[in-house]
Amino acid sequence: MADTHRRIVPGDEPGEGDGGARLAVTKLLRPFLDYRRLAWLWVRAAAQYPLSLALMSLAVTTGVLTQVGAVVIVFGHAGTLAGFTVYEGLLVFALASSAFGIADMFAGSVERLGHHVRTGSFDAMLIRPVSPLVQVAADEFSPRRLGKVVPALVVLGIALVNVDVEWSYLKMALLALTMLSGVLICSAIWVISACVQFFVAGAREAANSLTYGGQALTEYPIAIYGEEIVRSVTYVVPLAFVSWQPALLVLDRPDPLGMPEYLRHTGPAVAVLLCACAALVWRTGLRHYRSTGS
Amino acid sequence: MTSNAIIRTDPGEPIIEVVDLGRDFVLSEGPFLRRTRRTVTAVRDLTFTVRPGEIVGCLGPNGAGKSSTMKMLTGILTPTSGRARVAGMEPARQRTRLAREIGVVFGQRTTLWWDLPLRDSLALTRHLYRVPGRAHAERLAELTELLELGPFLDTPVRQLSLGQRMRGDITAALLHAPRLLVLDEPTIGLDVVSKSTIRDFLLRTNSERGTTILITTHDLGDVERLCERVMVIDHGRLVFDGALPRLRAAVPTPRMLVVDLASASGEIEVTGARTVRVEGPRQWLELRDNPARVIAEVTREHEVVDLTLREPDIEAVVSSLYRGADPVEEAGSR
Ligand SMILES: Nc1ncnc2c1ncn2[C@@H]1O[C@H](COP(=O)(O)OP(=O)(O)OP(=O)(O)O)[C@@H](O)[C@H]1O
Ligand SMILES: [Mg+2]
Repeated sequence: MADTHRRIVPGDEPGEGDGGARLAVTKLLRPFLDYRRLAWLWVRAAAQYPLSLALMSLAVTTGVLTQVGAVVIVFGHAGTLAGFTVYEGLLVFALASSAFGIADMFAGSVERLGHHVRTGSFDAMLIRPVSPLVQVAADEFSPRRLGKVVPALVVLGIALVNVDVEWSYLKMALLALTMLSGVLICSAIWVISACVQFFVAGAREAANSLTYGGQALTEYPIAIYGEEIVRSVTYVVPLAFVSWQPALLVLDRPDPLGMPEYLRHTGPAVAVLLCACAALVWRTGLRHYRSTGS
Repeated sequence: MTSNAIIRTDPGEPIIEVVDLGRDFVLSEGPFLRRTRRTVTAVRDLTFTVRPGEIVGCLGPNGAGKSSTMKMLTGILTPTSGRARVAGMEPARQRTRLAREIGVVFGQRTTLWWDLPLRDSLALTRHLYRVPGRAHAERLAELTELLELGPFLDTPVRQLSLGQRMRGDITAALLHAPRLLVLDEPTIGLDVVSKSTIRDFLLRTNSERGTTILITTHDLGDVERLCERVMVIDHGRLVFDGALPRLRAAVPTPRMLVVDLASASGEIEVTGARTVRVEGPRQWLELRDNPARVIAEVTREHEVVDLTLREPDIEAVVSSLYRGADPVEEAGSR
């Protein structure tokens, strides 16, 4: 009897005496490894229908290119808008698009949380030794979302080369950091709005208006929307840190609305704060999760 | 049933320990603005323990709170009152860690990936539970043989029949060699052969590996075949907890005497029995008294062709238990 309960997995975990540091690192990496595992599965599944995958990617890419065209026309027509030239406008657009695109690729599936709750597949996620957030986010991971990210990054490259900026390594590093913050901010907003579905059935539409509406908002220099909106997307739903502040940082330009200049450096802090909020909301949602009656 | 004689050498500390466990659901009803809230108590004041190696059956009518209890034990639902400890952990709080120690099967839905072949689903499970390759291969081979998975290992889960899917689900729940297996209606909708395959398999898992099994079911065959111990839940309360024979004794359900007369006649009237049903020459008598006396009297007074004495079946016992339990008032609305 003594050995019947023996796990069949000797050497499964990095052994207890394996050095705390390695253990901690493995533990930290675990969600990412699990994510990769689950995402790979969906990639393989999608690859079974290459034509459909290609067509869907093409559709997404066409959508992005149409939006790029719109930006070019709007700015080209007006010459400058809120003091932004065509390439500067494209920079704002591309920063927003790539941040949203990357966030959508990795975390976009969380908006389907309500579906998982209703069908009971969320129960199945809860009994696996993997964070349910990772499982929800990785669910139906699709490479077609690259159809949005790749053109957005290309446009970003073009814009960066053509704007009138003095480049330094520091600036490049700052840009990379602000972009990462942008992705985190988008993902966190996504998670927070998805959590509404823990409490209200069918809240997906409300959540979508926040996330996708927010995306539309950040694609243009937000100064054109007026002061109220700029303030609310800075201090309430911090979308200004996704494209607007990073653009000001890259262009080294004073804020046209006279908001404090240090704001452009607070992107990473905002991202960390928002992720902490998202984690808190997610945990609260989980605690209030009530499964389904049957 | 004695075939599941488990060698319980060391009862050890309980693998499940539940004290005063309760769960309420607040329901919002009605149109948006005039919404009223009502509290439904699904589980109340549940207290029990399960020792390692036991097979415990959980019975109860629809809506009794069985599934809610299982969900609290597996960490899916947070209890609103009381506490539970499973494998030394607090389920809702240490859910992820607990998941490695327990296996869970919901008969009503699958934990497999709908679009993947069963084999891939199982392989993915192995990675998520971090079972080393060789151990996985051995265990999978064993389970494939015992549960006869071979023919449909490469079929996408959505194409599997209910019985096949259930066997796949049970396999997925056991690949990481859990100490406790929680099954919520695992035989629902299965045919006789599949049921018996699964029951035999569960008995074997229990006796060979010492896996503790907690099973809810509406199929009393499951209980009679598998469980030495039964818990009956009604209206969220535990109304019986004990050995199966004790359940029979706890509820006095009369034995039945079936009498075949030579020809149809009026109701038989004897002292110590009551005729409850007449169908042509056949009559059913509910016994209140010593059967030998009643039989003697019946055969003396009537021309009897055949006689059978029936033990009350477990079904009758349980349903009278459900009816006997005092109805629980729905928690106040506000
Ligand atoms: N997510 C939920 N939201 C609201 N009420 C719920 C929920 N889950 C369960 N209930 C209620 O709790 C009670 C117990 O339900 P539960 O599913 O635990 O019963 P059960 O014993 O498993 O029944 P069955 O035999 O039909 O499966 C029922 O009255 C049910 O309506
Ligand atoms: Mg149930």
